[in-house]
Amino acid sequence: MANITFQGLGKVYPGGVRAVEGVDLEVEDGEFVVLVGPSGCGKSTTLRMVAGLEEITDGTLRIGDRVVNEVAGKDRDIAMVFQNYALYPHLSVRQNMAFPLERRRAHGGTVRRLIAPGYRRAAREEDQEIQAEVSRAAEVLGITDLLDRKPGALSGGQRQRVAVGRALVRRPAAFLFDEPLSNLDAKLRVEMRAELKALHDRLGATMLYVTHDQEEAMTLGDRLVVMDGGRVQQCAPPREVYEQPANRFVAGFVGTPSMNFLEGEVADGTMSIGEARLPLGDAAAGVPRAVVLGLRPDRLRLAEPEDPCALQASVAGVEDLGDRCDVRLQVGHAELVARRPAGELSRWTVAGAAARVAFEPAEALLFGPGPHGARIH
Amino acid sequence: MKRRGSRLLTLALLAAGAALMLFPLWWMLVVSLETPSNAGAATVEVGAISAFPADPQWSNWTEAMRAVGTVEWQGFLDALANSILVTFLTVTATVFSCSLVGYALARVRFRGRGLLFAVMLGTMMLPPQVTMIPMFLVFRELGWVDTILPLVVPAFFGNAFFIFMFRQFMAQVPEALVEAARLDGCAHLGVWWRVMLPMCRPVIAITAVFTFIFVWNDFLGPLIYLHSEEKATLAIALNSFRNQYGGLEDVQYLMALSLITMIPCILLFLVAQRQFIEGLGSGAVKG
Repeated sequence: MANITFQGLGKVYPGGVRAVEGVDLEVEDGEFVVLVGPSGCGKSTTLRMVAGLEEITDGTLRIGDRVVNEVAGKDRDIAMVFQNYALYPHLSVRQNMAFPLERRRAHGGTVRRLIAPGYRRAAREEDQEIQAEVSRAAEVLGITDLLDRKPGALSGGQRQRVAVGRALVRRPAAFLFDEPLSNLDAKLRVEMRAELKALHDRLGATMLYVTHDQEEAMTLGDRLVVMDGGRVQQCAPPREVYEQPANRFVAGFVGTPSMNFLEGEVADGTMSIGEARLPLGDAAAGVPRAVVLGLRPDRLRLAEPEDPCALQASVAGVEDLGDRCDVRLQVGHAELVARRPAGELSRWTVAGAAARVAFEPAEALLFGPGPHGARIH
Repeated sequence: MKRRGSRLLTLALLAAGAALMLFPLWWMLVVSLETPSNAGAATVEVGAISAFPADPQWSNWTEAMRAVGTVEWQGFLDALANSILVTFLTVTATVFSCSLVGYALARVRFRGRGLLFAVMLGTMMLPPQVTMIPMFLVFRELGWVDTILPLVVPAFFGNAFFIFMFRQFMAQVPEALVEAARLDGCAHLGVWWRVMLPMCRPVIAITAVFTFIFVWNDFLGPLIYLHSEEKATLAIALNSFRNQYGGLEDVQYLMALSLITMIPCILLFLVAQRQFIEGLGSGAVKG
């Protein structure tokens, strides 16, 4: 296993489109790092640069102690799992998994096998080693009974396991995953997620994982790298990204439903949003005048008379999610979402009804103006 | 009832079409089994032969093979061996060269790829008659006349139509598969050989069958380049049943040998039928 070091990594396509810019990151040995962001944010390009499938135009990439900018992908000692599995359809599962080992064998010469007994003996031993490695990986992934099938005869989940198996047999310095679960249905995705996490815990391997699904990112990663516009917006453990987002983009991207944002002005520790005056106390100390208030949907509740931070809203709609409900609220021109327990459903069902919603000032976040405004508090 | 009627009509039309297409084959078969006098009459008047020969001359088939060339059996065996050799080499070379060029045009990024592809497509517009004389002059200068080289060597340089088919098929293969093969340790040749070629079986089948039929039946190429009797192919050997004035002699032998010549083509088509049709379909839809 090895660490992966990005130093000012960038990618400019021939047409001049800058896909990735100035990525500085250290993936520690044995760490599970997830690159997450919306479509076109540069996460897949970054991963493909690590794999050697995209040329690096700026910066330096190290795998272990070796600078690999000019090293071909096959010589970087990495293995990649693709979104659409990329299994060879004409080969059995066993042959698919053995494929990377077959390409790297020291005694692969067919003619020398025929004419040199010593070489033949060594090749046979190598055959056995390859088969043993395939069997070991198949056992780890629970696909031993599928080894003689062709990929066409497998379900999506089984194919994904085989794709992971093909990466596993190589015992690479690092594993790369490019949205490996996005072709699976929701239930299977959750199952596979748990299996991947367990696999990482078991192997202690360095893993770099790309997804656009922030829930997947939160559950899998030791650290998340949130990207947008080709740049890293924040790199931190999932809990920190959720609770202390670096900027408004990260706050809005991580969490379901998305964080609510209200633009307003702060003066003397009080934030004004339309008619409402919200005494934010210490949170508003020393902040610039124009700010954006960020509130997690699960921190919004029906206001009690004594609540200092309350907003007058009207109910725009309610979505019953079984164990909870999402209430859409209209506050001036802004729409907020409050996630409430299912028990409160009857209190919100009248569309158009007026409601006062409140939050704890300590749980509010403040950002600078603009879509990437930095978190102030 | 109405549906059944239209089905019967369809079947009747198909049967009539099939009968029309099979008529020459049936005629050849009947004439090949006729006596010399009846066979000779059949070439003058269709009504001169019956649907089934009254006294089938099965010996015509062995006699036909014996009668080829100046030495008994030798002429036929030489022609058969030459046809097999030329066809095998040409089919193999065509499949390899076309798939390799198709792979390069579909999967290798290089400057001028689009232009080369357009030029290659442009060569499809050139009728073979235009290049026939210059090609002959080149091969004569190389000293290749009366050898099989002029018939085989051009196949190693690909065929525009089949390159186009391979290129279109390979362009449909997901890029991730090629990338996975590259990360697994394959260079471009490895990707072509280990991943692309096995996946291109329908296109390989269609290329092989078309090339086989064309080369096996080719008369003009061997006629231009092969002059010695021992180097003749079967198509040229058939011509030995013409007399010096261009008329037909022993037409029953000609038909028998023609049928023998056709057997490999029919067998090949039957064996490769499924992949052949799949290949035609994929070329049409994906192309």
